[in-house]
Amino acid sequence: MSEHTLDARNLLCPMPVIRTQNAAKALADGDTLKVICTDPGAMSDIPAWCRIHGHSVLDIQQSDKELVITIKVAKSGRAS
Amino acid sequence: MQKTRKAVALISGGLDSMLAAKVVLDQGVHVEGINFYTGFCVEGHTHAIRKQDRAKPKRNNALWVAEQLGVPLHIIDVVEEYKDVVINPKHGYGSNLNPCLDCKGFMVHHAHRWMEENAYDFIITGEVLGQRPMSQRRDTLPLIARESGAGDRLLRPLCAKLLPPTLPEREGWVDREQLLAFNGRSRKPQMALAAHYDLTDYAQPAGGCCFLTDPNYTTKLADLWQSRGDKRYELDDIMLLKVGRHLRPRPHFKLIVGREEGENNFLEGYRRRYTHLRSLSHSGPLVLIDGETDNDDLHLAARLAARFCQGRSAAAVRMSITPRGGAPYEIEVPPLNSDDIPQEWYL
Repeated sequence: MSEHTLDARNLLCPMPVIRTQNAAKALADGDTLKVICTDPGAMSDIPAWCRIHGHSVLDIQQSDKELVITIKVAKSGRAS
Repeated sequence: MQKTRKAVALISGGLDSMLAAKVVLDQGVHVEGINFYTGFCVEGHTHAIRKQDRAKPKRNNALWVAEQLGVPLHIIDVVEEYKDVVINPKHGYGSNLNPCLDCKGFMVHHAHRWMEENAYDFIITGEVLGQRPMSQRRDTLPLIARESGAGDRLLRPLCAKLLPPTLPEREGWVDREQLLAFNGRSRKPQMALAAHYDLTDYAQPAGGCCFLTDPNYTTKLADLWQSRGDKRYELDDIMLLKVGRHLRPRPHFKLIVGREEGENNFLEGYRRRYTHLRSLSHSGPLVLIDGETDNDDLHLAARLAARFCQGRSAAAVRMSITPRGGAPYEIEVPPLNSDDIPQEWYL
């Protein structure tokens, strides 16, 4: 299990979701991915994408300008 | 035991594609959704930029639909490939710069490619015969199937009974009798079916999901092409057309003026790549300049930008100008009077 970071700053939805989706494809079951975004739409979109694909949202940190969403990748079940 | 067939459904986030996928899901078919991001989707960006829109509940409708249906959704970035659809539509534009027929063919083509790469059996769309003047006519539905390469693996569950049986119907992968015969522009059958499935809170019925159908937006896109002398764009160009007031005081440059805090924040992300101005003596918007400018142009731009700050009635406004790649400097200018700004400068 390893930790990864994705810089999705200055991208507008759905690009942060697309980048998260594409990054998660290359990761292993149990890996974590920390996604750094500036689009507040990611606050709802990335967790929704995780629910659909069976990944878990471990943490969401929000500051004035940035949003950091940490997800745990699941490669079993419905995840893809 | 009969093999479970697999279908990929084009999910726009609207009601029709949701219902089409639901009808097939209910027949025991394994369905996954696919959604294409072209850069022109109203869906993605608009809610995120303007501060006034941030108070509204935010969701990506395609993701929401997938969650309601309980199916995975694959969002595909097709921004680069889509340019050819917008720039050279084989079947032309609709009333604005909307290449609807080419667009549908493009999306079905890409869904078909995904279907083959992932060993799926057929494609589902939410098309309804007679609903759209360009892409959903009796003569264009077969054209889309043919030109996309999908052929009779393209199933339109909402109007399938009005069309010749497709492969999934002929092979018994789906029961044609349980498919529908929706026709025309009325939304009532879709709303009734949504009520039957107990689906509420869905996105407003079809239409309005693409900036290329918006005359205000396409005026700015046409202006962009005209100013460059050819029809080309990058993703940043089409993003910026969604934001701010656009004024073209001279053929070779235009101003993009943030209208509120959210837009100013968005424009901040672009300031390193554009010459930009802001008022130092009064509060006001960030203003980007798209195009090449000399000193006279910048003086005019500063006077115009000063018009949009709180000092618009002052005798002079102190402005900061930061050339692209250069150091900022200050000038003091009298704001233009509103009478000095011809209406045709506004795009």
